[in-house]
Amino acid sequence: MMAFEHHLPILQVLVPMFAAVLSAFCMRGTTAWAVALVASWAALLIAVLLAIKVFASPEPISYVMGGWTVPIGIEYRVDRLNAFVLLLVTIIGAVIMPYARKSVAKEIDSHQQAWFYTMYLLCLTGLLGITVTGDAFNVFVFMEISSLSTYVLIALGRNRRALLASYQYLIVGTIGATFYVIGVGLLYLVTGSLNLADIASRLGGASAEFQRPIIAALAFLTVGICLKLALFPLHVWLPNAYAHAPSVATVFLAGTATKVAVYLLIRIFYSVYGAAMPFTSLPVSEILLVMSVAAMVLASLSAVFESDTKRMLAYSSVAQISYMTLGIALANESGLTGGIVHMMNHGVMKAALFLALGAVFFRVGSVRLDDLAGIGRKMPLTMAVFVVAGLGLIGVPGTAGFISKWYLAVGAIEKGYWPLAFVIVASSLIAVVYIGRVIEVAYFREPSANVASTRDPPLSMLVPMLLLGAATLYLGVYTEWSAGLAQDAARMLLGGLK
Amino acid sequence: MTNSILASPALILIIAGLLLPLLPATLRSLALLAAPLVALLMVWQVPDGTVVTVSYLGFELAPMKGDKLSRLFATVFAVMAFAGGLFALNQKRTSELAAAFVYAGGAIGVAFAGDLITVFVFWELMAIASTLVLWSAGPSARSAGLRYAAIHFLGGVILMAGIAGEVAVSGSVAFVPLDISTTPRKLILLGFLINAAATPLSAWLPDAYPEASWSGMVFLSAFTTKTAVYVLIRGFPGTEILIWIGLAMVFYGIIYAILENDMRRILAYSIVNQVGFMVTGVGIGTQMAINGAASHAFAHIIYKALLLMAAGSVLFMTGKRNCTDLGGLFRTMPLTTICGIIGALAISSFPLTSGFVSKSMVTQGAADQHMATVWFLLEAASAGVFLHAGIKFPWFVFFQKDSGLRPSDPPWNMRAAMILCSAICIGLGVMPQPLYDMLPYPVAYVPYTTSHVMLQLQLLLFSGLAFFLMLGLLKRTMTITLDVDWLWRTPGAALMRALDGAAGSVASASAVLSRSVVTVIQTRLRRHHGPDGVFGRAWPTGTMAFWTTIMLGAYLVLSYI
Repeated sequence: MMAFEHHLPILQVLVPMFAAVLSAFCMRGTTAWAVALVASWAALLIAVLLAIKVFASPEPISYVMGGWTVPIGIEYRVDRLNAFVLLLVTIIGAVIMPYARKSVAKEIDSHQQAWFYTMYLLCLTGLLGITVTGDAFNVFVFMEISSLSTYVLIALGRNRRALLASYQYLIVGTIGATFYVIGVGLLYLVTGSLNLADIASRLGGASAEFQRPIIAALAFLTVGICLKLALFPLHVWLPNAYAHAPSVATVFLAGTATKVAVYLLIRIFYSVYGAAMPFTSLPVSEILLVMSVAAMVLASLSAVFESDTKRMLAYSSVAQISYMTLGIALANESGLTGGIVHMMNHGVMKAALFLALGAVFFRVGSVRLDDLAGIGRKMPLTMAVFVVAGLGLIGVPGTAGFISKWYLAVGAIEKGYWPLAFVIVASSLIAVVYIGRVIEVAYFREPSANVASTRDPPLSMLVPMLLLGAATLYLGVYTEWSAGLAQDAARMLLGGLK
Repeated sequence: MTNSILASPALILIIAGLLLPLLPATLRSLALLAAPLVALLMVWQVPDGTVVTVSYLGFELAPMKGDKLSRLFATVFAVMAFAGGLFALNQKRTSELAAAFVYAGGAIGVAFAGDLITVFVFWELMAIASTLVLWSAGPSARSAGLRYAAIHFLGGVILMAGIAGEVAVSGSVAFVPLDISTTPRKLILLGFLINAAATPLSAWLPDAYPEASWSGMVFLSAFTTKTAVYVLIRGFPGTEILIWIGLAMVFYGIIYAILENDMRRILAYSIVNQVGFMVTGVGIGTQMAINGAASHAFAHIIYKALLLMAAGSVLFMTGKRNCTDLGGLFRTMPLTTICGIIGALAISSFPLTSGFVSKSMVTQGAADQHMATVWFLLEAASAGVFLHAGIKFPWFVFFQKDSGLRPSDPPWNMRAAMILCSAICIGLGVMPQPLYDMLPYPVAYVPYTTSHVMLQLQLLLFSGLAFFLMLGLLKRTMTITLDVDWLWRTPGAALMRALDGAAGSVASASAVLSRSVVTVIQTRLRRHHGPDGVFGRAWPTGTMAFWTTIMLGAYLVLSYI
């Protein structure tokens, strides 16, 4: 038992990875699905065990690969921040798997279903790997694993435009990964190390001598990661990718992929650079701040005019991600807590929204706004989840979104950025409009012919949705699991700053 | 502790509201009547002081904190939920009733809130629920509902920014009297005033409320503006600017109500007018004035509901809402007529009605402080109230010409609700003591003095006289076309015309202006953000790569300077 517990960090990655191999050998979609289901739940169990361990002790868990000592060998390092992110990723994975079987069976040809689950498991592997590892180059490897599998996931969409969307993401994603690896290369040249903690400890000493490469490395890393997390104006790949990917893939990507990139950004800023040199001397806050504010307003406005609800939510994701980057840029306890907790809150809410749309697509075969007339009465539970999660997106008190918004607003005011606090809350007004449009169409219009005989999806799809809908409310009222852990992580990060 | 939260009267109504759509029809009627009564009983059980504390976001919140003022408002909200529920028994759209009960629960929640975060939570709940009440009226209320939601969420945003700032500045979320020395507190005040329909942000009320269903407006009139009055009493007593804002509301309401043709819009403007009296009272801020504002809110909720029930009954039975289409209904709707007149007398502060014993305290508050201007304006406004709501509404709807309509009185439950409200109006007018006992400060005020009764009667008599003398004139505003020859008939007419013209042209100009501005903004936004706009369309891959390079370049440049 002790041995098992000791190996938890590596198991977190190995379980989905071996499951992916297993699933690739499956002929039938259902078998592959069963493998993916078991692997996802096992991953969640491991993440929970890890979180319990990490939050019980002040020291992070360090796991050294193959007996090679740090910094020569690859180190897996779990602290409060990435334990939190691991929880988020595995929770989303575990919740959507029961949902996936029927939805995937409907949307993907039977001979490709096993591949879908394989790619999903590889993507899960990659995301968990990025989160758990403490090695800069290892991050790159996992980033490629997750990206390559994501390209396939998107391309599996029914619409032929999915291919184009996937291709675009491939180009842009590759540029992002290249930038990242250039940044890591520069850091390696300066410090001679690839271990993140080791880089941090050497960077301070090297900064006097190698000022320029260090700053250039930060620029490459930031832009590369911002491409992955779709920070405005590097977000343009995202709406198409989300809109054309199969429903389950959209849910998974929207709930996890961008959050992991946000995590990576926090890690680079706070644990590597911030620990090595005074945070205020780094040229990150201002640029992130401006871009985040622009995204909040502009991307939300794009969502208002979108007639495809999946694309609408994708634009809303761009806006919501900027809440997280804003929290990073604010760099005080309230702000950073808001940014971190919003990773969890937004992951849950957006997954709930996309699950609801996936269920609509499952029944109606379309998610265009015009085709949803009167659907609120025909699919009451599905749309109830949509409404609750939508209210969360707006940030109505009592929902998860309010908690994030509150911390961010307080963080902005503590910095003395009054207008910013106002923009944060005002941007949620735009969410009222685009969520309100859907509610109005779904509930207050007469049902059209194609939704007349619709009903709620089968139980296996309904339960995951309801779970996430309930979680939106739960996280809005009981905050010790979300905001509490996020605050712990924020304190740890800020405490490590120089 | 959990038990005491569940014992909150606000929660009872909210839960009842959420369960309503699931109940079978018979049980639903029972629940509609029983839930408010249970809530009312529970309101009176709430003791003074903080009952429950909850920790949330790192603060100790007091979601239930009782005192006389809280109980006064909570009582009238519960009574209103009952009367409204009774009136709306035959409302087919359950969604409206469900939303209305959640809405009422939110109002009671605000009344018992001991801290700003709780206020905000229930505030937003009310915004959502009231929008749903409005939307339940059907497709015609769709766009008005969206506008209503937009302004209320904007108010919520301002309020939240204010509360977050208050926390950052003072570190406390306690809901105590605040001065307006800091920006956050100004924002909080602004957030409150938007819900109070304060000028110049009044337009949402007459825009939205008349689009509600025949029963929906009864609920809408009771809660939003009056919770705003409550939080103003609680948070900003004696803030001088409120006096002038209140007076502006009083006259805004009168002028527009006189010019209006739609019977329910007349009553909507008169809500602004009446809330103006209360806001003025809060601004004066003495014990007498605060008592006046609180008691006037109590009385107003009941008589305004009564008036709107009368109007709702007419709408329910005839489907018509314009004064020009109505008239002569007293023949076949005697009970509705009588109840409507009682409501009209109460709103005009006729002696022996509830309006008389409450509003006079506000004016007395001004007199006690030797605020001569304020006193004169309030007295003049009292005459104006009689003109537009006291006479104009019943006269054009129930008397005037014979419209040829022969509707009967509405079903029993609607009649019962009207009788109940009439009884409260007259009961409080004859025996004000129970109301006075509930007021936040001890009352040493006798409404029925000879001079006061005489003053009020003369005021009413002369404005009544003025109404019938100028009846022809007032009728002119019923039609849409305006005759030019009226201009030189009499100086009085000229004045009226000038007033009418000015108000009309200002209103239409601002409407045209705002509409065109909105259109321009919308097309601009769509051009850039629509599916074909630069922010909405899919970019070529090369453009994306280009922007990536730009970002990197910008980053490097910024890093080195």
